[in-house]
Amino acid sequence: MPTSLPLLSILIWLPILGGVAVLAVGDRRAALARQLALGVSLLAFVASLPLWIRFDPTTAAMQFTERAPWIPAFDAWYHLGVDGISMPLILLTTFITVLVVIAAWDVIKHRPSQYFAAFLVLEGVMIGVFAALDALLFYVFWEAMLIPMFIIIGVWGGQRRVYATLKFFLYTFLGSVFMLVALIYLRFAAGTYDLLALHQLPLGMTEQTLIFLAFLAAFAVKVPMWPVHTWLPDAHVEAPTGGSVILAAIMLKMGGYGFLRFSLPITPDASHALDWLLIGLSLIAVVYIGFVALVQNDMKKLIAYSSIAHMGFVTLGFFIAWRILGNTGAADGIVMGLQGGMVQMVSHGLISGALFLCVGVLYERMHSREISAYGGVANTMPVLAAFLVLFAMANAGLPGTSGFVGEFLVILASFKASFWYAALAATTLILGAAYTLWMVKRVLYGEVANERVAALTDIGRREFLVLGILALAVLLLGLWPAPLIDAMAATLQGLADHVVQSKL
Amino acid sequence: MNGMSSFAPATAEIFLATATCLVLLADLFVPERRRALTYWLAMATLLGTAASLLATAPEGRIVTLTGAFVADPLSQLLKLFTCGVVAVAFLYARNYLQLRGLFKGEYYVLGLFATLGILVMISAHSMLSLYLGLELMSLSLYAMVAFNRDSPVAAEAAMKYFVLGAIATGCFLYGTSILYGVTGSLDIGEIARRAGELDGLDIHLLVALSFIIVGVAFKLGAVPFHMWLPDVYQGASTPVTLFIGTAAKIASLAMVIRVLVEGLGAMHASWADMLVVLAVLSMAIGNVVAIAQTNLKRMLAYSTISHVGFILLGILAGTSAGYQAAIYYTLAYVIMAGAAFGMIILLSRQGFEADELSDFSGLNARSPWFAAIMLVVMFSMAGVPPLLGFYAKFAVLAAVVEVGRTWLAVAGVLFSVIGAFYYLRVVKLMYFDPPTDAAPLAAPLDLRVVLSLNGLAVLALGIFPQALVALSMRALG
Repeated sequence: MPTSLPLLSILIWLPILGGVAVLAVGDRRAALARQLALGVSLLAFVASLPLWIRFDPTTAAMQFTERAPWIPAFDAWYHLGVDGISMPLILLTTFITVLVVIAAWDVIKHRPSQYFAAFLVLEGVMIGVFAALDALLFYVFWEAMLIPMFIIIGVWGGQRRVYATLKFFLYTFLGSVFMLVALIYLRFAAGTYDLLALHQLPLGMTEQTLIFLAFLAAFAVKVPMWPVHTWLPDAHVEAPTGGSVILAAIMLKMGGYGFLRFSLPITPDASHALDWLLIGLSLIAVVYIGFVALVQNDMKKLIAYSSIAHMGFVTLGFFIAWRILGNTGAADGIVMGLQGGMVQMVSHGLISGALFLCVGVLYERMHSREISAYGGVANTMPVLAAFLVLFAMANAGLPGTSGFVGEFLVILASFKASFWYAALAATTLILGAAYTLWMVKRVLYGEVANERVAALTDIGRREFLVLGILALAVLLLGLWPAPLIDAMAATLQGLADHVVQSKL
Repeated sequence: MNGMSSFAPATAEIFLATATCLVLLADLFVPERRRALTYWLAMATLLGTAASLLATAPEGRIVTLTGAFVADPLSQLLKLFTCGVVAVAFLYARNYLQLRGLFKGEYYVLGLFATLGILVMISAHSMLSLYLGLELMSLSLYAMVAFNRDSPVAAEAAMKYFVLGAIATGCFLYGTSILYGVTGSLDIGEIARRAGELDGLDIHLLVALSFIIVGVAFKLGAVPFHMWLPDVYQGASTPVTLFIGTAAKIASLAMVIRVLVEGLGAMHASWADMLVVLAVLSMAIGNVVAIAQTNLKRMLAYSTISHVGFILLGILAGTSAGYQAAIYYTLAYVIMAGAAFGMIILLSRQGFEADELSDFSGLNARSPWFAAIMLVVMFSMAGVPPLLGFYAKFAVLAAVVEVGRTWLAVAGVLFSVIGAFYYLRVVKLMYFDPPTDAAPLAAPLDLRVVLSLNGLAVLALGIFPQALVALSMRALG
């Protein structure tokens, strides 16, 4: 599809330059900085809409492509483009960023301009991750993301923020550098950094296995998968609300995106050979982490563990492909698993973001994340309670909400792979309901726990706006997921056809 | 040479030598309160040197002065870079020296002589001219370290530098003499020809090679020949550390390329294995020990050691991509180190060196702009994209992966993850901790502007890396 405007470049650079401008406005003119930040993030959101409106869902090819020489000496290109996998994630990014900016409006008192600037820069870089079609360009965006997030957690975080942010940085950095070596290796094997060419590159089994493991190190940390998930609860708990939202809603998705864009198409045979590992880790995440979530006393930690469990669904949906093929001999179940994983990613982005925002609202008023500090909040904050119940239901996978669609598709697909996968995965319906609703019960209902809860005031208009938009999105996606699924269909079909072809 | 005098390619060196002597003479007659005149004369000398370099830019490779001197695109690039770096170092140093009563002509004159030594080394085509340049540079640097004569730390550092430096040059000279015995020549081209004819495992050549590598490793500061480096970096006054950390590194790189690559390239298989040990040890010790430091200059010294490990990785790949990566890495390192030491100078004031890590606490509250500059420099040194230091590491890693030494690349990235920790600690101090020192930054405008440009260069060359990469590639044709 020819396009006159370099839309993806605009989406990457507008927020970054906007962030620099917000930084230049400075803390002394905080009101102006806020307005500018909101303007830039809204503009970026509006600019991302044509990606969806003018998206051609009938093709698996890359759209809105841009290609220009970037570092000829390294043969690296400034090559951008989106398909059905990346387009929804870019929209999710621009959408969530607007909400994060609004949610932080007058909450952030310490260095507000730097706060908003960090989020805007982060937005541009994250869009770059999803849009990059050159392996080196992808890596640059992938790592660059760490800088603003490191600052966000470290400056505006809670008590143990320094520990949390260092752990976050070093964990993800360690995972990623292996990917860098793998990408360099691929470059000499293929003679190019072009991702689409790497997809077609034939590779031997040993090479594939090593490259797969290097990718796994990067993506499993990001998702995060058990047992490399330990940075996430720390980072989530200590990050400011906006940081938690971005982490849960978008950054975790990059791990899943990496599996779809790198691991599966570049090393399909190694993915096949090692799918037992990925399926095993995913089921551990779903079941074991579900139990871990049950015993949390800290609301943010509980949602963090719930995120890990939900992301287990995503990786399960991606890696059951060969089991389905082996069982049924047909490829359509594969697409269902991939679709389920993708819908789960988008839906979890909305729901976990909303849950963190609800907790943020409570934390601002009470300065406590302990579940035991609350009780009977529904009496003093009925509107918030209504929202929290809705998002909790969605998190538990209630039909009619977006949480249901993804989980249902993945469980259906895993039935085609093996009854036991489906049975274990389905425990999440019980566990998810248990830990989320039990938290809701303890926080919202019962007697008013103490005077501080009694003195709570309900959410204001700004908070209502943010949560209301998210609630609409969650319901819309739950009741009518067809547009999302249709947009991804051709791309996922192409991917499914590609991964079942052996490269050996 | 179609009418061109055989001295013509060395015009810049001749100009620099003459002008430096004139500055030395002029400085004698400049009254104390007009000392800035020496500074400006030194700057003009550097400018003139750079201009004459540009005017005599060689097309291709010219060997002249009876084979002692070579002018090629590599020498052109490194020399111009040296002039620029020295000018920036002089500029950073001015206010620092004035505040401490050290604003004497000697700093500038010694600095110019050291620059001359560096230029001679870069253009050396004979072991003798290389040695002359090396000694001229080293002796000037020893004196510069001892320059703050009231400081016992500086005196100790100078002593250590001198004794260990003498051992290093001794080793180098000893290796050179054996090499002369084996090949019958001091001319690097002739040595290369003879070494190519001999068996690569010739025991005499190997002995000569070992001693030469010891000498080179001393100058580079590669483990296990790094002992002098932290003490000298910490003990010398910051402008001198800046000089040693930047301009002298270019000279060491030139020495490696002239001797190992051009002279003993035929023995690549032998020296590559030696460099593997040096490189891995340097990356390991440099990065791990840096974590334990509380003094920023000392931390940067260990960080230099680890960067040297990376530079050696590029060299040992033995391909032109590897040499280009090493050159690129060195230039990138020089830009980053210049900004890092510049920041220490910026924060320091009379009676306060600002060289402890804790002196950077809460810098974001005192000056968001310079905190951001330091943030960029630290992340760049850690090798996080999209900053200059990442592409330098990337180029080196690509070079070693290309020659099939993938495990070295894995070792390199693992050590840089360890290294990331101490750079992040500086960021943590600046951004997450409250300030311990409320004094406003009182640096003069020229320092602020040039330091800002220096920091922005780290960012700009990260987003648009092509310019510097292309320069490094063209240097080796």
